[in-house]
Amino acid sequence: MTDEEQLEGLLAMLRIRMFEDRVRTEFAKGGMPGFVHTYSGAEAIAVGVIGALEPADLITSTHRGHGHCLAKGAPLDGIVAELYGRETGLCKGRGGSMHIADFANGMLGANAIVGGGIALAVGGALASQVLGDGRVAVAFFGDGASNEGVFHESLNLASIWSLPVVFVCENNGWAESTPFSYASSVSSIAERGVAYSIPAVSVDGTDLTAVRAAASAAVARARQGNGPSLLECIAPRREGHFVGDPEEYRGREQADQARESDPIDRLAEQLVARGILSAEALNAMRKDWSGQLDRAYEFALAGPWPDPLDVERYVYS
Amino acid sequence: MSTPDEPRPRRRREPTYLDALTFALDAAMDEDPRVIVMGEDIAGGAGTGEPFEGQMGGTWGVTKGLFAKYGPTRVRDTPISEAAIVGSAVGAAMAGLRPVVDLMWASFAPYAFDQIVNQAAKARYMFGGQAQVPLVIRMSVGAGLRAGGQHSDSHYALFAAIPGLKVVAPATPNDAAGLLLSAIRSDDPVIFLEHMSLYRLKGALPDSTAGIPLGTAEVARMGSDLTIVTIGASRQIALLAATQLALEGIEAEVVDLRSLRPIDWDTILESVNRTGRLVLVEESPAGVTISDAIAAEVNERLFGRLKAPVRRVLAAASPVPFSPPLEDAWLPTAERVLVAARLVCDRLPAGRD
Ligand SMILES: Cc1ncc(C[n+]2csc(CCOP(=O)(O)OP(=O)(O)O)c2C)c(N)n1
Repeated sequence: MTDEEQLEGLLAMLRIRMFEDRVRTEFAKGGMPGFVHTYSGAEAIAVGVIGALEPADLITSTHRGHGHCLAKGAPLDGIVAELYGRETGLCKGRGGSMHIADFANGMLGANAIVGGGIALAVGGALASQVLGDGRVAVAFFGDGASNEGVFHESLNLASIWSLPVVFVCENNGWAESTPFSYASSVSSIAERGVAYSIPAVSVDGTDLTAVRAAASAAVARARQGNGPSLLECIAPRREGHFVGDPEEYRGREQADQARESDPIDRLAEQLVARGILSAEALNAMRKDWSGQLDRAYEFALAGPWPDPLDVERYVYS
Repeated sequence: MSTPDEPRPRRRREPTYLDALTFALDAAMDEDPRVIVMGEDIAGGAGTGEPFEGQMGGTWGVTKGLFAKYGPTRVRDTPISEAAIVGSAVGAAMAGLRPVVDLMWASFAPYAFDQIVNQAAKARYMFGGQAQVPLVIRMSVGAGLRAGGQHSDSHYALFAAIPGLKVVAPATPNDAAGLLLSAIRSDDPVIFLEHMSLYRLKGALPDSTAGIPLGTAEVARMGSDLTIVTIGASRQIALLAATQLALEGIEAEVVDLRSLRPIDWDTILESVNRTGRLVLVEESPAGVTISDAIAAEVNERLFGRLKAPVRRVLAAASPVPFSPPLEDAWLPTAERVLVAARLVCDRLPAGRD
């Protein structure tokens, strides 16, 4: 990554973290309906992988999808308005946090069904192959999702058809209260690639440059028609499973440990040490984004509710 | 939770619907070592081998304490693998266990649909009575939590359409305990649907572990002017409406179906035969519902006794929307039950629908 790209990447990660911090604060105040899962700690994955894509490329996301949305270029106003169920939201308030999508930017949906997006990305890649339009599809999913049958079926199918898809596992060590080490037969999700003849690597998911390098290789391979790859990115879950999770199932130490390697601090420190970034510039970035967040919340909360008479709208074409 | 409930008495220690489920699971595990429970996060913090204070006990804490009491052999945290969870439970049931699966939300059941529909439901019949599948699959159903499309389904009609399954939807703590005990003792696969708006509902638990027979409805309120048949949380809505109707001089009989397959036709037909009027309340998207089947049966059997067309109060014909005003419009409400009841009783001002 060039210095410029690293700065861009840092900014993109910072945006996601600050977005999620704000979500936590606003959720605690009440008024944000439903439940939300934050992407904090995994920023380098969305930013690194999506940074390796073209705008027309496709992604499928998860219940923890705010980071993917922001990194793929979804408009901030539309995201926040969606979290509040307003007609001005990306899904016109029909979806909410767990079902947020932005098809205009190739974001084919968060998914409240664990593993639900994996096969959809395979389908995106199939469309690309049939249409010959060169698009690549990326499936984001958690370590827990890799225990769903559909993960295994999707890898096999993508492999035999040599589809342009990249499977990106965000391994945060936990699926709700269940540790990865208990629930999976392998010590690394990357080990699962071999069963489907899919090249797989495991990288530190808190290291933006490492994620980006691995993603670029996988995307290039897909784009050249050489088939799918599996990319495991390890980034411990910094926060509760959802906002408000008491997390009694994991000890303080485990939770603290998960916060040790911070993708943002880590890159910022490097860039400052190398003289590419100043503390003042970093603060200016924060301030600017914070202002944008304020305006997005104002926009969202001023937005109209959907009309109850429209409850059956959008069911069919 | 936003679905209307009966006013809840706030006396401390009065058990809730959740407590009732724990009570029944504990009693069933205690009386029969073949009963095991399995599901995602049902112990919580798995892999330590030792019980500890902070264990989750499932999304709603129903299985909290069971791991400490019965150990990892009988209380099993699973990976997120619904097809394998249900499929292995079906096989274990065929081979002599009595598994109770916790699938979390009913919206996750479609991953296990083959195991439920093709394996559990058909085995006894296809194999000429050789197979026995004593299996319970518990799941949380219902809208109202602002959880959106993929966390709010009830799938009542979907499950009830499948011969070979028994399907129950208890609406009170007493019924939750009694029906769960009977479901676990049943030699057939039982789909056990728990509406999330009822989880904190308080009420007495049964004095014994005798259980409540599957396939029986309950008259939740007696009345002579019309019959309101309800499913799951609709019972609470109908009781609210019935209180209001009484003020208007209409005495509604509320029949809580409790068992969606098989249906207790005797209780329904006896009631409608007396009242001559029927309103059905069900949190299922309009289109193809259990209420439709009941209306058809009543029409065939009691046509001459009906004083008004049967009316249904259903959910909107869409997935469950996230946005609060849309979700509120989607759900059946006490107000809509009132309107339907007045209509069948001919009590609406002329010109109004
Ligand atoms: C099919 C399905 N099963 C279970 C759930 C409940 N659930 C939601 S998130 C989650 C854990 C997911 O773990 P993982 O895939 O590792 O993603 P993470 O939450 O750690 O990002 C579970 C079990 C669900 N939403 N969908």
